[in-house]
Amino acid sequence: MKTMMGLINLEHEHHVFNELTYFRTHASIPFAGRYRMIDFALSNMVNSGINEVAIFARTKYRSLSDHLGTGENWNLDRRNGGLYIFPPDWNDPSDVSKGDLQFFHNNRDYFNRGKSDYVLISGSQFIANINYSEAFKYHVDRGADVTLVTTAVEELKEEHAPYFRIQADDLGWVEDITNDQTNPLLFTGAYIINKSLLMELVDDCIAYNRDHLFVHGIREKLSELKVVMYRHKGYGAFINSIESYYRHNMNLLTEDNYLELFFNPPFVKTKVSSNPPVKYYNPSSVKQSILANGCEVEGEVDKSILFRGVIVNEGAQIKNSIIMQRCTIEEDVYLENVILDKDVHVRKGQRIIGSKDKPFVVAKRSDI
Amino acid sequence: MRECVGMLLAGGEGKRLGALTNHIAKPAVPFGGKYRIIDFTLSNCSNSNIQTLGVLTQYSPLELNRHIGNGKPWDMDRRYGGVSVLSPYTAKSGGDWYSGTADAIYQNIHFINQYNPKYVLVISGDHIYQMNYQKLLDQHKRTKADATISVIEVPWEEASRFGILNTTDSLRIYEFEEKPKQPQSNLASMGIYIFTWETLKAYLVQDAMRKTSSHDFGKDIIPAMLSDEKRLYAYRFNGYWKDVGTIQSYWEANMDLLNNEQSGLSLGHNSWRIHTQDSNYPPQFIGEDAVVNHSLVNSGCFVYGRVEKSVLFSNVKVEKSSAVSQSILHSGVKVGRNSTLHRVIVMENTEIPEGTNINVDENDEPIVINQEILNGMLAMTGGVKQ
Repeated sequence: MKTMMGLINLEHEHHVFNELTYFRTHASIPFAGRYRMIDFALSNMVNSGINEVAIFARTKYRSLSDHLGTGENWNLDRRNGGLYIFPPDWNDPSDVSKGDLQFFHNNRDYFNRGKSDYVLISGSQFIANINYSEAFKYHVDRGADVTLVTTAVEELKEEHAPYFRIQADDLGWVEDITNDQTNPLLFTGAYIINKSLLMELVDDCIAYNRDHLFVHGIREKLSELKVVMYRHKGYGAFINSIESYYRHNMNLLTEDNYLELFFNPPFVKTKVSSNPPVKYYNPSSVKQSILANGCEVEGEVDKSILFRGVIVNEGAQIKNSIIMQRCTIEEDVYLENVILDKDVHVRKGQRIIGSKDKPFVVAKRSDI
Repeated sequence: MRECVGMLLAGGEGKRLGALTNHIAKPAVPFGGKYRIIDFTLSNCSNSNIQTLGVLTQYSPLELNRHIGNGKPWDMDRRYGGVSVLSPYTAKSGGDWYSGTADAIYQNIHFINQYNPKYVLVISGDHIYQMNYQKLLDQHKRTKADATISVIEVPWEEASRFGILNTTDSLRIYEFEEKPKQPQSNLASMGIYIFTWETLKAYLVQDAMRKTSSHDFGKDIIPAMLSDEKRLYAYRFNGYWKDVGTIQSYWEANMDLLNNEQSGLSLGHNSWRIHTQDSNYPPQFIGEDAVVNHSLVNSGCFVYGRVEKSVLFSNVKVEKSSAVSQSILHSGVKVGRNSTLHRVIVMENTEIPEGTNINVDENDEPIVINQEILNGMLAMTGGVKQ
């Protein structure tokens, strides 16, 4: 049977998250009440039948490895295969590789030992619920060397700027990979590649002193390779900045988006916790919001996202905001258009108001 | 070796819980929006550092077995010890069902012996309470007791419904009375025992030989120990404790979670958290016109209507213009538009069609419905039930 092995490559992902990434990698930013950004890429792989996934993580990976643990929550705690987090520690004196090729070179064993002939590589910034099995079947049926997963964006925004644009012929063969900012057909960062070819491209890139596998190994060799595109239809979001992060969280308060991302089985998986169900007191008022377990609400919550274990005391008002894990909002606090990172404590009577386009971000563990 | 091995009795049928236990054992009955009844005792064990536990199952054990699994949520997936599900078995010498609580332990003496413990904790999986068994064990050691029985003060007028322990001022037990007409004490046994294993083993073997015995801890083992003047002590427990044996008490215990300040039963306690298998559902979605008050709502729920004084398990949907009050909705229940539910316990995956009204009078016992019961009700009333 033809199978794929997975790789989540966090190298070369462009992002501006400021406070949110002071102490964590962009892939472990909390999202949608109980998830982390990486859950989507990881769950999509697992839900597509992939049994082994490696993660190239260069920086600030403590929170990532804390979150992923043994991979148990994604069914990746396996005797064979499973989850591999590769931090950048290697001591090969003959190593001349650069960029993400350092990771490929120093972790060749992962690819060589894996029994799959195909590799699905993705980043962490495209948030969607995709079953890659279809794309894989397409890849094999078309006899492609590489299949790029693309998506057409309805309205081009700032967050789309860093992503490659795809030009393809009527049959889906990719003719060009560009930075054409007017082209709404974006490369999602996910692609399927034949493993033997991947290893050849790795060698080739290293031999020619290259530092970016996709750019130099695939994009520059487009004319030599059979590269096809597979289009993802349906909900998808690119998140690489505070602004896009905020907007796409808020978009989930629209039921259709929420259902499409989360209620298409198999579900997106994340680390489970033992938080009790949400406790609503009397009085409390919660409208059009998403709440994760462990919250206790006495105040008012409107169009907001509350992560696990948030406490909203009586008389507090929260509007259009994202409140991360274990924040405490005391009596008569007013929050509008704010993002509170984890463990923030807002004292009685405080008012914090951001703007819709530029939410006010409060760093982890602040006491206000 | 383990100092103390726990034995959790989970074979009970829970006959008085009606449809709730049609297909599952009482300890597996869903409770508190996310849990099963047995999670309270399982979590008490793991929070009390009881790392070796036998769970004795008998009645409809499938869901219970699946729920316990390898014990991971309670940190009981261990190389040595951990949780073992002990069902009745046959062997060379024959085999039989567990004929009583004491017989269930007797038939598993070999399991306990593997760990060569000094003490054995015997508990039952159908009570709701949060208790540190180490404190019980500490007292047991301090008093050099043969058995220590946890007790709770009950109102005098209710004492005749319980197994009552008569004790001296130092809490030494001199008499045990099952449902006494004229109680001399209001210390009720909670069905939680710590025994010194050597002593208990001898009594279990002795009891197993007695043909007339019902092989029950309360009826046979404890009286036998008392008549031999063994050292039996009561341990006073002051927290919340409830035997959810009837539909009324099951409903009340769920409501007690909503009034945790008065009842003392709380799930939010970080230091004594209740663990369970997590369904990994997405966070709950509360709609624009929803009103949710005084309730517990689990992940995966969609609420567009009104929910008051209720407990919603995972993946429940309450549509617009519907009102749910003083009710318990198990996982996967869907409440259609323009429906009302008052004092109703709705079992898993029941779909309540649009415009259904089921309202139980404040003075009556709440009712339990599943799809089959509901369909019967709807057929009788032509679609609407008052």
